[in-house]
Amino acid sequence: MFAACADPKAIEGLTWLSCYLTSGKHLDFYWSFVVVLLLLAITAPAALAMGFGGAVAARSRFLLLRLFGKTYASVVRGVPDIVLFLFFVIALDQGIEWTKHQIVCPDWTEPVRQGLEFRVCPEAKVPLGSSSAFWHQAYGFGLAVFTFAIVFGAFAANVLYGAMGAVPRAQLETAEAYGMSNSQVFRRILVPQMWVYALPGLSNLWMILIKATPLLFLLGVKDIVYWARELGGMKTQAYEYPHSDWRLYYFLGLLVFYLCFTKLSEIAFSRLSARLSKGQATAAGEAMRRVAG
Amino acid sequence: MKNLILATALVALSGGTVAAQDVVRLGTEGAFPPFNFINDAGEVAGFERDVGDELCKRASLTCEWVTNEWDSIIPNLQSGNYDVIIASMNITDEREEVIDFSQSYFPPAPSAYVATSADADLKGIVAAQSSTVHAGYVAESGANVLEFATPDETVAAVRNGEAVAVFADKDFLAPIVAESGGELMFVGEDVQLGSGVGLGLRESDTALKEKLNAAIQSMKDDGSLNALITTHFGPDAKTF
Repeated sequence: MFAACADPKAIEGLTWLSCYLTSGKHLDFYWSFVVVLLLLAITAPAALAMGFGGAVAARSRFLLLRLFGKTYASVVRGVPDIVLFLFFVIALDQGIEWTKHQIVCPDWTEPVRQGLEFRVCPEAKVPLGSSSAFWHQAYGFGLAVFTFAIVFGAFAANVLYGAMGAVPRAQLETAEAYGMSNSQVFRRILVPQMWVYALPGLSNLWMILIKATPLLFLLGVKDIVYWARELGGMKTQAYEYPHSDWRLYYFLGLLVFYLCFTKLSEIAFSRLSARLSKGQATAAGEAMRRVAG
Repeated sequence: MKNLILATALVALSGGTVAAQDVVRLGTEGAFPPFNFINDAGEVAGFERDVGDELCKRASLTCEWVTNEWDSIIPNLQSGNYDVIIASMNITDEREEVIDFSQSYFPPAPSAYVATSADADLKGIVAAQSSTVHAGYVAESGANVLEFATPDETVAAVRNGEAVAVFADKDFLAPIVAESGGELMFVGEDVQLGSGVGLGLRESDTALKEKLNAAIQSMKDDGSLNALITTHFGPDAKTF
Protein backbone atom coordinates (compact mmCIF):
# COMPACT_ATOMS: atom_id res chain seq x y z
CA MET A 1 0.00 0.00 0.00
CA PHE A 2 2.75 2.47 0.98
CA ALA A 3 5.97 2.98 -0.93
CA ALA A 4 7.94 1.65 2.04
CA CYS A 5 6.14 -1.67 1.71
CA ALA A 6 7.58 -2.50 -1.71
CA ASP A 7 10.01 -5.03 -0.24
CA PRO A 8 8.40 -6.43 2.94
CA LYS A 9 11.28 -8.78 3.72
CA ALA A 10 13.74 -5.91 4.07
CA ILE A 11 11.77 -3.95 6.67
CA GLU A 12 11.34 -4.56 10.37
CA GLY A 13 9.51 -3.48 13.49
CA LEU A 14 6.69 -0.99 13.32
CA THR A 15 7.13 -0.33 9.62
CA TRP A 16 6.81 -4.05 8.98
CA LEU A 17 3.72 -4.21 11.17
CA SER A 18 2.05 -1.25 9.51
CA CYS A 19 2.80 -2.71 6.07
CA TYR A 20 1.58 -6.11 7.22
CA LEU A 21 -1.67 -4.73 8.59
CA THR A 22 -2.40 -2.84 5.37
CA SER A 23 -1.67 -5.68 2.92
CA GLY A 24 -4.35 -6.48 0.37
CA LYS A 25 -5.34 -9.54 2.33
CA HIS A 26 -5.85 -7.49 5.49
CA LEU A 27 -7.97 -5.00 3.60
CA ASP A 28 -10.12 -7.96 2.56
CA PHE A 29 -10.28 -8.93 6.23
CA TYR A 30 -11.43 -5.43 7.25
CA TRP A 31 -13.94 -5.40 4.44
CA SER A 32 -15.39 -8.68 5.71
CA PHE A 33 -16.40 -6.86 8.93
CA VAL A 34 -18.49 -4.56 6.75
CA VAL A 35 -19.96 -7.59 5.00
CA VAL A 36 -20.96 -9.16 8.31
CA LEU A 37 -22.49 -5.91 9.60
CA LEU A 38 -24.30 -5.46 6.31
CA LEU A 39 -25.65 -8.98 6.53
CA LEU A 40 -26.97 -8.29 10.02
CA ALA A 41 -28.45 -4.97 8.96
CA ILE A 42 -30.38 -6.60 6.11
CA THR A 43 -31.18 -9.93 7.72
CA ALA A 44 -32.59 -8.64 11.01
CA PRO A 45 -35.46 -6.62 9.48
CA ALA A 46 -36.05 -9.33 6.86
CA ALA A 47 -36.28 -12.03 9.53
CA LEU A 48 -38.55 -9.82 11.62
CA ALA A 49 -40.85 -9.30 8.65
CA MET A 50 -40.93 -13.05 7.97
CA GLY A 51 -41.57 -13.73 11.63
CA PHE A 52 -44.38 -11.19 11.69
CA GLY A 53 -45.93 -12.78 8.61
CA GLY A 54 -45.57 -16.23 10.15
CA ALA A 55 -47.13 -15.14 13.45
CA VAL A 56 -50.05 -13.43 11.73
CA ALA A 57 -50.57 -16.50 9.55
CA ALA A 58 -50.48 -18.79 12.59
CA ARG A 59 -53.22 -16.68 14.23
CA SER A 60 -55.33 -16.52 11.08
CA ARG A 61 -58.95 -17.61 11.05
CA PHE A 62 -58.35 -19.49 7.79
CA LEU A 63 -57.25 -23.04 8.36
CA LEU A 64 -54.82 -23.19 5.42
CA LEU A 65 -53.03 -20.01 6.41
CA ARG A 66 -52.92 -21.13 10.02
CA LEU A 67 -51.46 -24.48 9.02
CA PHE A 68 -48.89 -22.75 6.83
CA GLY A 69 -47.78 -20.41 9.61
CA LYS A 70 -47.50 -23.19 12.18
CA THR A 71 -45.76 -25.61 9.81
CA TYR A 72 -43.22 -22.98 8.80
CA ALA A 73 -42.32 -22.22 12.40
CA SER A 74 -42.13 -25.81 13.58
CA VAL A 75 -40.35 -27.34 10.57
CA VAL A 76 -37.64 -24.71 10.25
CA ARG A 77 -37.09 -24.58 13.99
CA GLY A 78 -36.80 -28.36 14.10
CA VAL A 79 -34.14 -28.75 11.39
CA PRO A 80 -30.51 -28.19 12.45
CA ASP A 81 -29.19 -24.88 11.11
CA ILE A 82 -26.19 -26.46 9.49
CA VAL A 83 -28.40 -28.82 7.46
CA LEU A 84 -30.52 -25.92 6.28
CA PHE A 85 -27.45 -23.94 5.36
CA LEU A 86 -25.89 -26.78 3.41
CA PHE A 87 -28.93 -28.37 1.84
CA PHE A 88 -31.41 -25.54 1.48
CA VAL A 89 -28.96 -23.19 -0.21
CA ILE A 90 -27.91 -25.76 -2.80
CA ALA A 91 -31.55 -26.59 -3.46
CA LEU A 92 -32.44 -22.91 -3.73
CA ASP A 93 -29.54 -22.19 -6.08
CA GLN A 94 -30.37 -25.16 -8.29
CA GLY A 95 -34.08 -24.30 -8.17
CA ILE A 96 -33.38 -20.77 -9.43
CA GLU A 97 -31.12 -22.06 -12.21
CA TRP A 98 -33.58 -24.78 -13.18
CA THR A 99 -36.45 -22.29 -13.46
CA LYS A 100 -34.35 -19.90 -15.52
CA HIS A 101 -33.24 -22.83 -17.67
CA GLN A 102 -36.87 -23.69 -18.48
CA ILE A 103 -37.48 -20.10 -19.57
CA VAL A 104 -34.35 -19.18 -21.53
CA CYS A 105 -33.41 -22.54 -23.02
CA PRO A 106 -36.63 -24.31 -24.02
CA ASP A 107 -34.81 -26.16 -26.83
CA TRP A 108 -32.16 -27.71 -24.60
CA THR A 109 -32.33 -31.48 -25.05
CA GLU A 110 -29.75 -32.82 -22.64
CA PRO A 111 -30.97 -33.79 -19.19
CA VAL A 112 -30.25 -31.25 -16.45
CA ARG A 113 -29.29 -33.95 -13.99
CA GLN A 114 -26.55 -36.22 -15.26
CA GLY A 115 -25.69 -38.54 -12.45
CA LEU A 116 -24.29 -36.27 -9.77
CA GLU A 117 -23.90 -33.35 -12.12
CA PHE A 118 -26.32 -30.47 -12.34
CA ARG A 119 -26.03 -28.95 -15.77
CA VAL A 120 -28.18 -26.14 -17.12
CA CYS A 121 -27.48 -24.29 -20.36
CA PRO A 122 -24.76 -21.60 -20.01
CA GLU A 123 -27.31 -18.80 -20.47
CA ALA A 124 -29.25 -20.04 -17.44
CA LYS A 125 -26.40 -19.91 -15.00
CA VAL A 126 -26.99 -17.52 -12.10
CA PRO A 127 -24.98 -15.40 -12.18
CA LEU A 128 -23.76 -15.84 -15.74
CA GLY A 129 -20.35 -17.46 -16.11
CA SER A 130 -19.09 -14.24 -17.69
CA SER A 131 -20.18 -11.93 -14.88
CA SER A 132 -17.53 -10.45 -12.67
CA ALA A 133 -16.43 -11.92 -9.37
CA PHE A 134 -18.43 -9.16 -7.65
CA TRP A 135 -21.73 -10.57 -8.93
CA HIS A 136 -20.80 -14.07 -7.86
CA GLN A 137 -20.15 -12.74 -4.38
CA ALA A 138 -23.28 -10.61 -4.36
CA TYR A 139 -25.36 -13.63 -5.41
CA GLY A 140 -23.84 -15.75 -2.63
CA PHE A 141 -24.52 -12.93 -0.21
CA GLY A 142 -28.13 -12.69 -1.39
CA LEU A 143 -28.63 -16.43 -0.87
CA ALA A 144 -27.13 -16.06 2.59
CA VAL A 145 -29.46 -13.22 3.56
CA PHE A 146 -32.47 -15.14 2.31
CA THR A 147 -31.51 -18.31 4.18
CA PHE A 148 -30.73 -16.46 7.40
CA ALA A 149 -34.06 -14.62 7.11
CA ILE A 150 -35.98 -17.88 6.70
CA VAL A 151 -34.26 -19.59 9.62
CA PHE A 152 -34.43 -16.68 12.04
CA GLY A 153 -37.87 -15.71 10.76
CA ALA A 154 -39.20 -19.03 12.02
CA PHE A 155 -37.90 -18.37 15.53
CA ALA A 156 -39.17 -14.78 15.39
CA ALA A 157 -42.59 -16.06 14.28
CA ASN A 158 -42.83 -18.16 17.40
CA VAL A 159 -41.71 -15.28 19.64
CA LEU A 160 -44.17 -12.86 18.08
CA TYR A 161 -46.97 -15.44 18.17
CA GLY A 162 -46.43 -15.82 21.91
CA ALA A 163 -46.19 -12.05 22.38
CA MET A 164 -49.47 -11.50 20.56
CA GLY A 165 -51.11 -14.00 22.87
CA ALA A 166 -49.65 -12.26 25.92
CA VAL A 167 -51.35 -8.90 25.40
CA PRO A 168 -54.07 -8.74 28.12
CA ARG A 169 -57.46 -9.69 26.78
CA ALA A 170 -58.99 -6.75 28.67
CA GLN A 171 -57.07 -4.31 26.47
CA LEU A 172 -58.52 -5.82 23.31
CA GLU A 173 -62.00 -6.05 24.80
CA THR A 174 -61.96 -2.37 25.66
CA ALA A 175 -61.01 -1.54 22.09
CA GLU A 176 -63.85 -3.69 20.83
CA ALA A 177 -66.23 -1.92 23.21
CA TYR A 178 -65.17 1.35 21.58
CA GLY A 179 -66.43 -0.12 18.33
CA MET A 180 -63.13 -0.87 16.62
CA SER A 181 -63.11 -3.53 13.92
CA ASN A 182 -60.88 -6.60 14.19
CA SER A 183 -58.17 -5.10 12.02
CA GLN A 184 -58.30 -1.82 13.92
CA VAL A 185 -57.87 -3.68 17.21
CA PHE A 186 -54.93 -5.53 15.69
CA ARG A 187 -53.21 -2.43 14.36
CA ARG A 188 -53.94 0.04 17.13
CA ILE A 189 -53.88 -2.11 20.26
CA LEU A 190 -52.38 -5.57 19.73
CA VAL A 191 -49.28 -4.75 17.67
CA PRO A 192 -48.15 -1.68 19.66
CA GLN A 193 -48.55 -3.57 22.93
CA MET A 194 -47.03 -6.89 21.93
CA TRP A 195 -43.46 -5.59 21.39
CA VAL A 196 -42.72 -5.34 25.07
CA TYR A 197 -43.55 -9.04 25.46
CA ALA A 198 -41.60 -9.97 22.33
CA LEU A 199 -38.48 -8.00 23.19
CA PRO A 200 -36.65 -10.54 25.42
CA GLY A 201 -37.16 -13.26 22.83
CA LEU A 202 -36.17 -11.01 19.95
CA SER A 203 -33.05 -9.78 21.72
CA ASN A 204 -32.04 -13.41 22.26
CA LEU A 205 -32.50 -14.05 18.56
CA TRP A 206 -30.42 -11.01 17.68
CA MET A 207 -27.57 -12.23 19.86
CA ILE A 208 -27.74 -15.68 18.29
CA LEU A 209 -27.84 -14.12 14.83
CA ILE A 210 -24.66 -12.15 15.57
CA LYS A 211 -22.88 -15.28 16.63
CA ALA A 212 -24.25 -17.31 13.71
CA THR A 213 -22.60 -15.16 11.06
CA PRO A 214 -19.58 -17.50 10.71
CA LEU A 215 -22.04 -19.86 9.03
CA LEU A 216 -21.65 -17.46 6.12
CA PHE A 217 -18.55 -19.32 5.14
CA LEU A 218 -20.63 -22.44 4.45
CA LEU A 219 -22.39 -20.33 1.84
CA GLY A 220 -19.18 -19.31 0.13
CA VAL A 221 -19.10 -15.80 1.62
CA LYS A 222 -15.72 -15.09 3.16
CA ASP A 223 -16.50 -13.77 6.61
CA ILE A 224 -14.33 -12.52 9.46
CA VAL A 225 -13.72 -15.99 10.90
CA TYR A 226 -12.52 -17.31 7.54
CA TRP A 227 -10.08 -14.42 7.13
CA ALA A 228 -8.88 -14.66 10.72
CA ARG A 229 -8.04 -18.32 10.19
CA GLU A 230 -6.47 -17.66 6.81
CA LEU A 231 -4.38 -14.70 7.99
CA GLY A 232 -3.44 -16.25 11.30
CA GLY A 233 -2.16 -19.54 9.87
CA MET A 234 1.57 -20.07 9.75
CA LYS A 235 3.16 -18.42 6.69
CA THR A 236 6.34 -19.65 5.01
CA GLN A 237 8.77 -17.63 2.90
CA ALA A 238 6.46 -18.20 -0.07
CA TYR A 239 4.47 -15.30 1.36
CA GLU A 240 5.59 -11.70 1.52
CA TYR A 241 5.01 -11.52 5.25
CA PRO A 242 6.12 -14.85 6.71
CA HIS A 243 5.17 -15.44 10.36
CA SER A 244 4.44 -18.27 12.77
CA ASP A 245 1.00 -19.44 13.85
CA TRP A 246 -0.79 -16.25 14.89
CA ARG A 247 -4.32 -17.56 14.88
CA LEU A 248 -4.62 -17.00 18.61
CA TYR A 249 -4.19 -13.22 18.22
CA TYR A 250 -6.62 -13.01 15.35
CA PHE A 251 -9.25 -15.02 17.20
CA LEU A 252 -8.69 -12.89 20.32
CA GLY A 253 -9.39 -9.87 18.12
CA LEU A 254 -12.61 -11.49 16.95
CA LEU A 255 -13.55 -12.29 20.54
CA VAL A 256 -13.22 -8.63 21.48
CA PHE A 257 -15.22 -7.61 18.42
CA TYR A 258 -18.06 -9.99 19.21
CA LEU A 259 -18.11 -9.06 22.89
CA CYS A 260 -18.20 -5.33 22.15
CA PHE A 261 -20.88 -5.85 19.58
CA THR A 262 -23.12 -7.90 21.84
CA LYS A 263 -22.54 -5.45 24.71
CA LEU A 264 -23.62 -2.55 22.52
CA SER A 265 -26.67 -4.55 21.48
CA GLU A 266 -27.55 -5.19 25.10
CA ILE A 267 -27.45 -1.47 25.88
CA ALA A 268 -29.60 -0.71 22.87
CA PHE A 269 -32.11 -3.38 23.84
CA SER A 270 -32.41 -2.21 27.44
CA ARG A 271 -33.13 1.33 26.21
CA LEU A 272 -35.67 0.00 23.77
CA SER A 273 -37.28 -2.04 26.50
CA ALA A 274 -37.59 0.99 28.77
CA ARG A 275 -39.14 2.95 25.96
CA LEU A 276 -41.65 0.24 25.10
CA SER A 277 -42.65 -0.34 28.73
CA LYS A 278 -43.80 3.25 29.11
CA GLY A 279 -47.49 3.33 29.88
CA GLN A 280 -47.85 -0.44 29.54
CA ALA A 281 -49.98 -2.56 31.84
CA THR A 282 -46.91 -4.56 32.89
CA ALA A 283 -44.86 -4.58 36.07
CA ALA A 284 -42.09 -2.60 34.33
CA GLY A 285 -44.59 -0.06 33.03
CA GLU A 286 -46.19 0.25 36.47
CA ALA A 287 -42.80 0.81 38.12
CA MET A 288 -42.03 3.62 35.66
CA ARG A 289 -45.37 5.23 36.37
CA ARG A 290 -44.66 5.19 40.13
CA VAL A 291 -41.24 6.80 39.68
CA ALA A 292 -42.67 9.46 37.39
CA GLY A 293 -45.71 10.08 39.57
CA MET B 1 -27.34 6.96 -37.05
CA LYS B 2 -29.99 4.72 -35.57
CA ASN B 3 -28.68 1.81 -37.61
CA LEU B 4 -25.20 2.52 -36.44
CA ILE B 5 -26.28 2.40 -32.81
CA LEU B 6 -28.19 -0.79 -33.46
CA ALA B 7 -25.23 -2.35 -35.22
CA THR B 8 -22.92 -1.36 -32.36
CA ALA B 9 -25.35 -2.79 -29.87
CA LEU B 10 -25.55 -6.03 -31.84
CA VAL B 11 -21.78 -6.31 -32.06
CA ALA B 12 -21.52 -5.63 -28.37
CA LEU B 13 -24.17 -8.24 -27.63
CA SER B 14 -22.70 -10.94 -29.84
CA GLY B 15 -19.26 -10.13 -28.47
CA GLY B 16 -20.77 -10.61 -25.05
CA THR B 17 -22.12 -14.07 -25.82
CA VAL B 18 -18.84 -15.25 -27.28
CA ALA B 19 -17.08 -14.13 -24.15
CA ALA B 20 -19.79 -15.74 -22.04
CA GLN B 21 -18.96 -19.16 -23.46
CA ASP B 22 -15.25 -18.73 -23.15
CA VAL B 23 -14.99 -17.74 -19.51
CA VAL B 24 -13.71 -20.74 -17.60
CA ARG B 25 -13.84 -20.61 -13.83
CA LEU B 26 -10.88 -22.30 -12.16
CA GLY B 27 -11.56 -23.60 -8.67
CA THR B 28 -8.70 -24.00 -6.23
CA GLU B 29 -8.26 -24.41 -2.51
CA GLY B 30 -5.96 -21.46 -1.90
CA ALA B 31 -4.44 -22.95 1.25
CA PHE B 32 -1.72 -25.25 -0.02
CA PRO B 33 1.53 -23.35 -0.59
CA PRO B 34 3.53 -23.48 -2.76
CA PHE B 35 0.96 -25.15 -5.04
CA ASN B 36 -1.86 -22.68 -4.49
CA PHE B 37 -2.37 -20.04 -1.84
CA ILE B 38 -3.83 -16.61 -1.28
CA ASN B 39 -0.92 -14.19 -1.40
CA ASP B 40 -0.65 -11.02 0.65
CA ALA B 41 -2.45 -9.04 -2.02
CA GLY B 42 -5.45 -11.32 -1.51
CA GLU B 43 -5.05 -13.07 -4.88
CA VAL B 44 -4.55 -16.71 -5.79
CA ALA B 45 -0.84 -17.39 -6.31
CA GLY B 46 1.63 -20.26 -6.51
CA PHE B 47 2.63 -22.96 -8.98
CA GLU B 48 -0.93 -23.74 -10.00
CA ARG B 49 -1.75 -20.08 -10.59
CA ASP B 50 1.11 -19.89 -13.09
CA VAL B 51 0.20 -23.19 -14.75
CA GLY B 52 -3.50 -22.30 -14.92
CA ASP B 53 -2.88 -18.87 -16.44
CA GLU B 54 -0.50 -20.32 -19.03
CA LEU B 55 -2.94 -23.14 -19.93
CA CYS B 56 -5.75 -20.63 -20.40
CA LYS B 57 -3.54 -18.51 -22.61
CA ARG B 58 -2.60 -21.48 -24.78
CA ALA B 59 -6.18 -22.73 -25.03
CA SER B 60 -7.43 -19.15 -25.72
CA LEU B 61 -9.75 -19.20 -22.73
CA THR B 62 -10.60 -16.34 -20.41
CA CYS B 63 -10.10 -17.68 -16.94
CA GLU B 64 -11.25 -16.56 -13.55
CA TRP B 65 -10.00 -17.85 -10.23
CA VAL B 66 -12.32 -19.03 -7.49
CA THR B 67 -11.42 -20.49 -4.10
CA ASN B 68 -13.41 -23.22 -2.43
CA GLU B 69 -13.01 -25.36 0.68
CA TRP B 70 -11.24 -28.62 -0.10
CA ASP B 71 -14.03 -30.71 1.46
CA SER B 72 -16.69 -29.52 -0.96
CA ILE B 73 -14.47 -28.95 -3.98
CA ILE B 74 -15.88 -31.89 -6.01
CA PRO B 75 -19.61 -31.31 -5.26
CA ASN B 76 -19.27 -27.64 -6.19
CA LEU B 77 -17.64 -28.60 -9.50
CA GLN B 78 -20.56 -30.89 -10.22
CA SER B 79 -23.17 -28.29 -9.42
CA GLY B 80 -21.39 -25.91 -11.79
CA ASN B 81 -19.99 -23.26 -9.43
CA TYR B 82 -16.74 -23.51 -11.40
CA ASP B 83 -15.54 -25.54 -14.35
CA VAL B 84 -12.09 -26.85 -13.46
CA ILE B 85 -10.48 -28.04 -10.23
CA ILE B 86 -6.83 -27.05 -10.13
CA ALA B 87 -5.88 -27.82 -6.56
CA SER B 88 -3.07 -30.39 -6.67
CA MET B 89 -5.64 -33.14 -6.75
CA ASN B 90 -4.12 -36.57 -7.20
CA ILE B 91 -5.62 -38.70 -9.94
CA THR B 92 -7.22 -41.69 -8.19
CA ASP B 93 -9.71 -44.36 -9.20
CA GLU B 94 -12.26 -43.25 -6.60
CA ARG B 95 -12.26 -39.72 -7.96
CA GLU B 96 -12.30 -40.95 -11.57
CA GLU B 97 -15.70 -42.45 -10.81
CA VAL B 98 -17.28 -39.07 -10.14
CA ILE B 99 -15.23 -36.59 -12.18
CA ASP B 100 -12.85 -36.63 -15.14
CA PHE B 101 -9.16 -35.79 -15.01
CA SER B 102 -6.97 -34.14 -17.61
CA GLN B 103 -3.54 -35.61 -18.18
CA SER B 104 -1.20 -34.90 -15.29
CA TYR B 105 0.52 -31.51 -15.06
CA PHE B 106 2.60 -32.49 -12.04
CA PRO B 107 4.42 -35.83 -11.83
CA PRO B 108 3.69 -38.35 -9.05
CA ALA B 109 5.45 -36.73 -6.11
CA PRO B 110 6.61 -38.28 -2.84
CA SER B 111 4.64 -37.82 0.35
CA ALA B 112 6.30 -37.78 3.74
CA TYR B 113 5.83 -37.77 7.50
CA VAL B 114 6.86 -34.77 9.58
CA ALA B 115 7.17 -34.87 13.36
CA THR B 116 8.81 -32.96 16.21
CA SER B 117 11.21 -35.79 17.06
CA ALA B 118 13.08 -38.37 15.01
CA ASP B 119 11.71 -41.33 16.99
CA ALA B 120 8.05 -40.36 16.54
CA ASP B 121 5.66 -43.30 16.45
CA LEU B 122 4.18 -43.26 12.93
CA LYS B 123 1.56 -45.77 14.02
CA GLY B 124 0.30 -43.34 16.64
CA ILE B 125 -1.93 -40.35 15.99
CA VAL B 126 -1.10 -38.95 12.55
CA ALA B 127 -2.67 -35.76 11.19
CA ALA B 128 -3.79 -35.54 7.55
CA GLN B 129 -6.13 -33.41 5.52
CA SER B 130 -9.58 -34.98 5.14
CA SER B 131 -10.64 -36.44 1.77
CA THR B 132 -7.06 -36.73 0.55
CA VAL B 133 -5.00 -39.70 -0.60
CA HIS B 134 -2.89 -39.03 2.47
CA ALA B 135 -5.75 -39.51 4.92
CA GLY B 136 -6.58 -42.77 3.15
CA TYR B 137 -2.98 -43.96 3.31
CA VAL B 138 -2.64 -43.16 7.02
CA ALA B 139 -5.88 -45.00 7.80
CA GLU B 140 -4.63 -48.07 5.94
CA SER B 141 -1.20 -47.93 7.57
CA GLY B 142 -2.81 -48.83 10.88
CA ALA B 143 -2.17 -45.46 12.48
CA ASN B 144 -4.82 -43.37 14.15
CA VAL B 145 -5.74 -40.73 11.58
CA LEU B 146 -6.70 -37.28 12.80
CA GLU B 147 -8.35 -35.38 9.96
CA PHE B 148 -8.41 -31.62 9.44
CA ALA B 149 -10.19 -29.49 6.87
CA THR B 150 -7.13 -27.42 5.91
CA PRO B 151 -3.46 -28.34 5.37
CA ASP B 152 -2.38 -25.58 7.75
CA GLU B 153 -4.27 -27.15 10.64
CA THR B 154 -2.59 -30.53 10.10
CA VAL B 155 0.84 -28.98 10.69
CA ALA B 156 -0.44 -26.90 13.63
CA ALA B 157 -1.70 -30.14 15.21
CA VAL B 158 1.84 -31.54 15.28
CA ARG B 159 3.30 -28.34 16.69
CA ASN B 160 0.84 -28.23 19.57
CA GLY B 161 1.16 -31.94 20.29
CA GLU B 162 -2.31 -32.98 19.23
CA ALA B 163 -0.76 -35.44 16.76
CA VAL B 164 2.68 -37.08 16.74
CA ALA B 165 3.17 -36.60 13.01
CA VAL B 166 1.61 -35.13 9.91
CA PHE B 167 1.47 -36.94 6.58
CA ALA B 168 1.23 -34.82 3.42
CA ASP B 169 2.86 -33.93 0.10
CA LYS B 170 6.58 -33.53 0.62
CA ASP B 171 6.65 -30.41 -1.55
CA PHE B 172 4.16 -28.77 0.79
CA LEU B 173 6.01 -29.83 3.93
CA ALA B 174 9.57 -29.07 2.78
CA PRO B 175 9.47 -25.24 3.20
CA ILE B 176 7.70 -25.60 6.54
CA VAL B 177 10.36 -28.00 7.84
CA ALA B 178 13.17 -25.83 6.45
CA GLU B 179 11.84 -22.72 8.20
CA SER B 180 10.90 -24.36 11.49
CA GLY B 181 14.41 -23.86 12.87
CA GLY B 182 14.84 -27.53 13.75
CA GLU B 183 11.50 -27.87 15.51
CA LEU B 184 10.08 -30.08 12.77
CA MET B 185 11.79 -32.85 10.83
CA PHE B 186 11.07 -35.49 8.23
CA VAL B 187 10.63 -38.93 9.75
CA GLY B 188 10.66 -42.31 8.05
CA GLU B 189 10.74 -43.15 4.39
CA ASP B 190 9.08 -41.14 1.63
CA VAL B 191 5.95 -42.73 0.25
CA GLN B 192 4.94 -42.68 -3.39
CA LEU B 193 1.19 -42.08 -3.75
CA GLY B 194 -1.14 -41.47 -6.67
CA SER B 195 -0.44 -41.27 -10.35
CA GLY B 196 0.23 -37.57 -10.65
CA VAL B 197 -1.81 -34.42 -10.29
CA GLY B 198 -4.41 -33.51 -12.90
CA LEU B 199 -7.12 -30.96 -13.55
CA GLY B 200 -10.55 -32.10 -12.39
CA LEU B 201 -13.44 -31.62 -14.81
CA ARG B 202 -17.10 -32.56 -15.06
CA GLU B 203 -17.54 -35.79 -16.99
CA SER B 204 -19.79 -34.04 -19.48
CA ASP B 205 -17.24 -31.33 -20.28
CA THR B 206 -15.34 -33.31 -22.92
CA ALA B 207 -14.61 -30.35 -25.21
CA LEU B 208 -12.98 -28.36 -22.42
CA LYS B 209 -11.02 -31.43 -21.36
CA GLU B 210 -9.58 -31.87 -24.86
CA LYS B 211 -8.59 -28.21 -25.07
CA LEU B 212 -6.83 -28.33 -21.71
CA ASN B 213 -5.17 -31.66 -22.48
CA ALA B 214 -3.76 -30.17 -25.68
CA ALA B 215 -2.52 -27.12 -23.76
CA ILE B 216 -0.83 -29.30 -21.11
CA GLN B 217 0.78 -31.38 -23.85
CA SER B 218 2.15 -28.27 -25.56
CA MET B 219 3.58 -27.05 -22.23
CA LYS B 220 5.21 -30.44 -21.71
CA ASP B 221 6.59 -30.47 -25.24
CA ASP B 222 8.30 -27.08 -25.12
CA GLY B 223 9.63 -27.58 -21.61
CA SER B 224 7.78 -24.62 -20.08
CA LEU B 225 5.98 -26.87 -17.60
CA ASN B 226 9.28 -28.29 -16.35
CA ALA B 227 10.62 -24.75 -16.06
CA LEU B 228 7.68 -23.77 -13.87
CA ILE B 229 8.13 -26.85 -11.67
CA THR B 230 11.80 -25.99 -11.18
CA THR B 231 11.00 -22.35 -10.35
CA HIS B 232 8.50 -23.28 -7.67
CA PHE B 233 9.95 -26.48 -6.23
CA GLY B 234 13.67 -26.09 -6.74
CA PRO B 235 16.14 -27.77 -9.11
CA ASP B 236 15.78 -31.19 -7.41
CA ALA B 237 12.06 -31.46 -8.11
CA LYS B 238 10.89 -34.29 -10.33
CA THR B 239 10.01 -33.08 -13.83
CA PHE B 240 8.43 -34.65 -16.90
